[in-house]
Amino acid sequence: MTVQSVLSATDKLDLLRMMVLIRTFEEAILREYHADKSPGFDIGAGLVPGEMHLAAGQEPVAAGIGAHLSLGDAMTATHRPHHLAIAHGVDMRKMAAEIFGRETGLGRGRGGHMHLFDPKVHFSCSGIVAEGLPPALGQAFAFQRAGTDRVAVAVAGEGAANQGAFHEALNLAALWKLPVIFVIEDNDWGISVPRSASTSVPSNAVRAAAYGIPGTRVEDNAVEDIWAAVGEAVRRARAGEGPSLIEVHTLRLWGHFEGDAQGYRGDLEGVPGRDPIPTYQKHLTDAGILDGAAFTEMGAAASTKVEDAIAFAKSSPLPDPADALKYVFTEGAQS
Amino acid sequence: MSTAPTTQIQLPLEPEAGRRKLSTAKAITEAITQQMHIDEKVFVMGEDVGPYGGIFSSTTGLLDEFGPERVIDTPISETAFIGLGIGAAVEGMRPVVELMFVDFFGVCMDQIYNHMAKIHYESGGNVRVPMVLMSAAGGGYSDGAQHSQCLWGTFAHLPGMKVVVPSNPYDAKGLMTAAIRSDDPVIYLFHKGIMGLGWMKKNPRSIGAVPTDAYEVPIGKARVAREGTDVSIVTLSLSVHHSLDVAEKLASEGIDVEVIDLRSVVPLDREAIVASVGKTGRLVVVDEDYQSFGLSGEVIATVAEALPGGLKHVSRVAVPDVPIPYASGLEYAVLPTPARIEAAVRKAVAG
Repeated sequence: MTVQSVLSATDKLDLLRMMVLIRTFEEAILREYHADKSPGFDIGAGLVPGEMHLAAGQEPVAAGIGAHLSLGDAMTATHRPHHLAIAHGVDMRKMAAEIFGRETGLGRGRGGHMHLFDPKVHFSCSGIVAEGLPPALGQAFAFQRAGTDRVAVAVAGEGAANQGAFHEALNLAALWKLPVIFVIEDNDWGISVPRSASTSVPSNAVRAAAYGIPGTRVEDNAVEDIWAAVGEAVRRARAGEGPSLIEVHTLRLWGHFEGDAQGYRGDLEGVPGRDPIPTYQKHLTDAGILDGAAFTEMGAAASTKVEDAIAFAKSSPLPDPADALKYVFTEGAQS
Repeated sequence: MSTAPTTQIQLPLEPEAGRRKLSTAKAITEAITQQMHIDEKVFVMGEDVGPYGGIFSSTTGLLDEFGPERVIDTPISETAFIGLGIGAAVEGMRPVVELMFVDFFGVCMDQIYNHMAKIHYESGGNVRVPMVLMSAAGGGYSDGAQHSQCLWGTFAHLPGMKVVVPSNPYDAKGLMTAAIRSDDPVIYLFHKGIMGLGWMKKNPRSIGAVPTDAYEVPIGKARVAREGTDVSIVTLSLSVHHSLDVAEKLASEGIDVEVIDLRSVVPLDREAIVASVGKTGRLVVVDEDYQSFGLSGEVIATVAEALPGGLKHVSRVAVPDVPIPYASGLEYAVLPTPARIEAAVRKAVAG
């Protein structure tokens, strides 16, 4: 497979288009999530109940990864998975339906927004910090043993780099030269704990040295730099040279979860100015690649796709409570 | 990812045992060997499963037969390699992963109960995890509190894993074959005392007749190890043998003991339990796991729900809720020894 190292104008527009699509989806979920939770906020109420971790601000990471992956490649994501799922090609209708807890959802309403599994594109999530990394090793192992050049991307937050699972996974992947790309989304915050209070090193990329693999840190949520770093890591993995670690300094635009008042957060004032979408929009506009009409069209197309998925979800049947025990085992419910 | 059920050749269920004898360890290894020959997707992974052959001989000879590509020693990183097994299973491989001692589950339980066991359900049945996690259980040789536990009740409590616990070579082979062929994750726990190891006190029944060809012992089916009419002992693993020894001894006194070997904890063969206790009216549960909040209570609850008022006696012989002690005298004070089982049965028939 030839490796592309320069972004064309079309590629750059595709990156922005993906970022806009993700943001449009997250804004729609935000709207639907809060629509029936007022006046008093009840986390378990409404059409979309439960914890909701939205990824606004982290779109560049997803767009930069997704551009390099093919249909057979795997991705494991975190409790904050929507951006990665969309960029990896997860069926948006089925994903929305799962978030709404419908029978037509990816997990037939058994999983929820932190547990999205789309076997068609080898996508999965884990709600447990760092624990989505080890299964990605197994997918990479299966791809390697089958003699393919398929890869697995394992995404985690910066807090996950302090978990044992992270270090075990890096060591084993490096030891067996597995085709894995570890991506750390550093959004500065482990819920309310700042990175400075959790992590002994200024960059998790330096931790790659402990396992003899390349480590790169991308600053400023820069989508083109993310794209370049992931491209090199994917090339390495496909060539059989083993895993890489990339940390991206990204942005949690909203709370840890919906309902988080973020009273602990001292950086809030600067957050709107760091929004990666206007930043990249301006960058492409200044470069003469994008004009206002094209950007408006991007938003309209995204809105059409997202609203179709939301409408599909809302019109889909709820799971039958009588089937709550179904799917514990492959042959049906047993105890 | 693995989405479609695997089409497999039907194997015989519980054929005649024949005359050839194997140790439990060799029976397990033979099952793995046969499935590795039939299905190239099967591989073995764990700590010291290669040249060493498994600390409890569960993988002896596999490396020579299949090579290091399919019989893989891992670093001491249980979270990483059990997680790797899960990911490989999700992609259609059939890993047999060894966790050296079941006591070590504490360092990797998240992969086991939050991932291996839940992915099928969370995915609405769209993703399968056909994986076997085998591990050594049990005490009786002064290995102390962190290397002597059974813990099958802990896994059984958490939904999404099948849990099998053979007591003899025949069941060990048939259950391992069934476990590897299952599309569900299976926890396979062998008691060290039934393996037939040369370096540990052997149970005489740890060597027994095993058919040469591949066969399955169905997961979820108990076995009547000894028929009787006066009292039912419901038990599993090494305790089956202690219970059979007690039954033989008491037979000469006219006490007729039935012994049910559960073989599987999940699914639990509740029908077999209720049928036996329905016949005898007296129940003694013998379990080397901790007493409270576990298998023994579950067996009793099953009988209480099915036969309200139909019981003349209920008791249990289990490990009282204490870490397994080191000193032999202390350890044997808490294990379900033949002496404790005999006392419980005498009390049951006297009542």
